[in-house]
Amino acid sequence: MASQILYALPFLAKGFAVTLWVSLLVVTLSLVAGVLLGVGLVYGPAPLRWAVRIFSDTIRGIPILVLMFFVYYGLPAVGLHLPSFWAAVLALTLFKTAQVIEYLRGAVASIPKGQSEAAMAIGLTFRQRLTSVIFPQAFRRFLPPWINGVTDAVKGSALVSLLGITDLMQAINQVIGRTYEAMPLYILGALIYFAVNYALSLASRRLERRFAFIRE
Amino acid sequence: MSEASNAGPALLDVRDVSKAFGAVEVLRSVSLQVKRGEVVTVIGPSGSGKTTLLRCVNFLESYDSGSIRIDGKEVGYREAGTRQRRSERDLAAMRAETGMVFQSFNLFPHLTAAGNIMLGLTKVRGKSQAEARQVAEHWLGRVGLAHKADSLPAELSGGQQQRVGIARAVAMEPKILLLDEITSALDPELVGEVLAVVRSLAEDGMTMLMVTHEMAFARDASSRIVFMADGGVSAVGPPKEILAEETTNERLRTFLARFRASHF
Amino acid sequence: MGYALNFNLIWRHFDKLWGGLLLSLELAVISIAIGTVIGLVLAVWYVSAGRVVRAIIAAYVEFIRNVPLILLVYLVFYGVPTVVDLAYSAPTSFVLTLSVYSGAYLVEVFRSGLEAVPRGQLDAGKAIGLTPWQRLIHVRLPTMLRITLPALSNTFISLFKDTSIASVISVPELTFGAQWINFNTFRIVEVYLVTTAMYLLTGYILLFGLRLVERRFRAAR
Repeated sequence: MASQILYALPFLAKGFAVTLWVSLLVVTLSLVAGVLLGVGLVYGPAPLRWAVRIFSDTIRGIPILVLMFFVYYGLPAVGLHLPSFWAAVLALTLFKTAQVIEYLRGAVASIPKGQSEAAMAIGLTFRQRLTSVIFPQAFRRFLPPWINGVTDAVKGSALVSLLGITDLMQAINQVIGRTYEAMPLYILGALIYFAVNYALSLASRRLERRFAFIRE
Repeated sequence: MSEASNAGPALLDVRDVSKAFGAVEVLRSVSLQVKRGEVVTVIGPSGSGKTTLLRCVNFLESYDSGSIRIDGKEVGYREAGTRQRRSERDLAAMRAETGMVFQSFNLFPHLTAAGNIMLGLTKVRGKSQAEARQVAEHWLGRVGLAHKADSLPAELSGGQQQRVGIARAVAMEPKILLLDEITSALDPELVGEVLAVVRSLAEDGMTMLMVTHEMAFARDASSRIVFMADGGVSAVGPPKEILAEETTNERLRTFLARFRASHF
Repeated sequence: MGYALNFNLIWRHFDKLWGGLLLSLELAVISIAIGTVIGLVLAVWYVSAGRVVRAIIAAYVEFIRNVPLILLVYLVFYGVPTVVDLAYSAPTSFVLTLSVYSGAYLVEVFRSGLEAVPRGQLDAGKAIGLTPWQRLIHVRLPTMLRITLPALSNTFISLFKDTSIASVISVPELTFGAQWINFNTFRIVEVYLVTTAMYLLTGYILLFGLRLVERRFRAAR
């Protein structure tokens, strides 16, 4: 048994690399999109706020799997032909973007109104208020839950195995198909996912403690 | 106590200002003047509109009708033609001319005491970091907190935070200082240190409009007291007149009586 | 765009979606019920136990929360029968998995709920002579349930969405039904529009209903 798994390790490692790559893409793209849309949600004109709200609530109201299938099978049907890898990344990114929007909205909402008032009272313009008073505080409240949420991207990436992409989950399935060593491989896979995500959640907790000092 | 210097026209001229929150009329045709160097205290029961009035002066609240002028310039709306709200930029410039100290301090938690003061000096007054630091240290010294310049708000007591708040407002060299119940959120033993600072600023000639419940302070430090009730100005006059036992103003008498009863 | 929407085929096979939705709800309810028992027992144990027990419970929680649900589903359905002499159907296997999964999240919810019970209430209980067990049943648990109700509602709705993973082991719930229609009619956009609407609507109804329960609970005091 051990030798079969040992032979499979390089293959699993390749799958793991795909998992990390997908997670990294999803996390970065969703951060950019989420921050832009989140700022639109908080400070934009009413139609934009409505649109972002509807987008975010819809995405968060359905299972990730449904979103993935919808994007993966739906896009080609309406004429948009993306390679399956990018369709999967797109779906996961949409999902995470909605989460990021929520983190941002929560971070800004948790800043007491008195802060913008004090900033206004000393004559800062809207842009100055945003950069010098709101953003530094929002950032500190945004970061810990966001890092924690990166684990959702890693866990969600396991679903791309259903779309024919050979990530760690799919690699495990394939090796099991060849060797029938189901339990050891599932446990190995679980431990790898666990290691990555646990490290991330520890980092988020440490950050939260660090920032709490400054967050009065 | 500073004598009202009759230096010509009023620095702050509030005329017939009205404001409603939906169906509730919060300010009913309120008029009030503050001359340069005067300390005007506003007292009254809660719901009388005194805080709203204060917040209209630096346009943290809009006002539906009437006019508020500082040194002749309308605060919230453009001078010409129809009633148009001033642009963001104009409002920011106007607010730089007034200073406000808040009941809940509202210090910026991510900046030190000095940093809190320097923010306005660098971003709005355009000073260099070094200049701003000097000014900040001067004002911190003035409020007795020079040794706390590099402390974060979380490391300061309530009274200390409020004194930094005062320094932050005053360092901008505003034309008028607006004080919104600045001691209401403080433990009783910390109130004195804050009021001492305000008194010394008044003695130096700072123009102030102050909403407060501290009657002793109002009596000893104000040029004039304004009594507001139900959204309107019910009585105005020097402390001796307003706080006298035999005032003819029914509302005022009830308010003061209730106040005396609960404070002795 | 060149794609004409045609919902007829969806309505013809609507039973797959409707039946699937009902099964999803059934799976969710059973799993959260079992998960609640697990979570409650472990939470009570956790707050009164020593370091070793706490470490074990914490390990369980951390493990489940950091591993993808789909892996756990495969592990229980395909993996476990290879080492243990157990045979179960896909739905049973899924309920087992989701119960253990939800138990881990609920331990956290209940634990912080228990720790949030005001000390004053415990002291009052002691003062009238209640035993520790009585205090648990009559003071701590009722208060904790009221405190945790919002978090419980959110967890339940979350778990309802997680039932979609059951489709990977061919449990005929809502997502499986949608995929079936997808593969057999090629009406991809329509079926997923309808499925999305069904998940959203069910979610809102659940949310609304649970908020009503919360309010009733609060008023009952």
